[in-house]
Amino acid sequence: MRAYAELARGEFRRYSSYRLAILAGVFTNSVFGFIRVSVLSAAIATAGGSIAAYSAREVSTYVWLGQALLAPIALFVWTDIADRVKTGEIAVDLSRPVDLQLGWWLRDLGRAAFVFPARGLPPLLVGALTVGLALPRSWTALPLGLLSVTLGISISFALRFMINLIAFWTLDIRGFVGLYFVLIGPLCGLFVPVHMFPESLRAVINVLPFPWMFQAPIDVLSGRVLNWDALHVIVIQAAWLVVLLVLGRMVLWRATLRLVVQGG
Amino acid sequence: MADATVWTGYRTLVGSRIRSQLAYRTSFVLLTLTSAAVGIVELTELYVILHNVPVFGGLDFTQASVVFALANLGFSLADVVFGQLDSIPTLLRAGQLEALLVRPLPLMGQLITNDIQLRRFGRALVALVILIIAMANVAVAWTPSVIYLVITTPIFGAMIYGGLFAVAGGLQFFLIDGAEFTSSFVYGSSYAGELPGSVLTLPLRVAFTFVAPATITAYAPALLILELPGPALLPAWLGWLAPIFAATTWLLASLAWRAGIRRFTGAGG
Repeated sequence: MRAYAELARGEFRRYSSYRLAILAGVFTNSVFGFIRVSVLSAAIATAGGSIAAYSAREVSTYVWLGQALLAPIALFVWTDIADRVKTGEIAVDLSRPVDLQLGWWLRDLGRAAFVFPARGLPPLLVGALTVGLALPRSWTALPLGLLSVTLGISISFALRFMINLIAFWTLDIRGFVGLYFVLIGPLCGLFVPVHMFPESLRAVINVLPFPWMFQAPIDVLSGRVLNWDALHVIVIQAAWLVVLLVLGRMVLWRATLRLVVQGG
Repeated sequence: MADATVWTGYRTLVGSRIRSQLAYRTSFVLLTLTSAAVGIVELTELYVILHNVPVFGGLDFTQASVVFALANLGFSLADVVFGQLDSIPTLLRAGQLEALLVRPLPLMGQLITNDIQLRRFGRALVALVILIIAMANVAVAWTPSVIYLVITTPIFGAMIYGGLFAVAGGLQFFLIDGAEFTSSFVYGSSYAGELPGSVLTLPLRVAFTFVAPATITAYAPALLILELPGPALLPAWLGWLAPIFAATTWLLASLAWRAGIRRFTGAGG
């Protein structure tokens, strides 16, 4: 158990050592936030004040929460495990007394525990001071929201874990990784809220795991869904997490059967 | 004589890079698909918005697609040639830049030819197809000036975006860990350039026109093509000045690039 805690702590420290990178990330993140708010507010103004129950202030909240969660939920290319498969270091990882999936999951949570406040809060503050944010109508949105964010990060991890394992079958996985990270953008509600999609498209997207890792935490944290509705969302997230983690285990089991270790 | 050596040098570099990309066939196909998918995915944002409202920044879906496609074509062409400058921070950190500096070819030329990415043509091709479909469906008078604008806008756009890549490349020597700072004006411009400039708030509109001239790569010329007036501080006639904006961007780029190289200190990599 201590080993897992240590892995999470180590990852927290690793990400906290590049200060200038954080500052640059926050700046760029905010510029994109301003453009995105511009786009959606312009559309809402044309529509006469609201689209899919988003007012100007609520859409600003959606955008800035999204900018804040972008880095912790890790919608950017992440190939840490695949790189170790490519170099063969995975053989060492597998012989450690630490479970591969669980170990990486905790490392990912350790990473997020630093990245969320460091890279997430400043853009949120920028948004609050410039465009303004809508506060949730109940204090329960905060604890439920944080739980939902943790589940979102974990769902994202479970998916990234599987994508990385493709490296056991084909060494150059940049193609798969690239395609995955391009496609999840619109499917998880990164550019436009999933609620604004045409009815038929939304029905399809909602049966996929993707909106549950990004749109759902934003909905719960912003108080768009409250109390029982929020709990309902969290239960679906938890169900997806279990399914994806089990799937990941099965893929890992198949992958280790293929593993050939050549020398030490 | 010297020219012939330089030419062979580049040909060897480009040839070897292209062959290596084709080595992993599945990955190459997927990478090209991914590159093509980027354009389509970005277009869905426009589609979803215009599914909710009839006009966006004064443009309907077809007109907004013209702006989108012009910017996307310009940016993806710039990305094919100059996208590799993004790897400078990695080269600096790994101490691999010295190896390039001691070769008898200019650094910029080497970085460009070092890793020409064939897959990036996928995105340019998609943008071209969207442009052709949008232009075929939009009400436009095909006067000589419209034809001139449709042909030259992606070219000047590519020059402007290429210049921004080069400015970013030069700044990397100063920023090191702060490399992501440059994404704000390189990829920020790519994003802002694809939008109708009228939806940007005034400060953003000024920044993405007179600092990083993103709106000149598509929106302003598109206003001329569609015979529409521009919003405050972004009159349509700025579209005629695209060559001037491209030239000033490259002037800045050469200053940043030279300062960057002069600043570089090797660590014996």
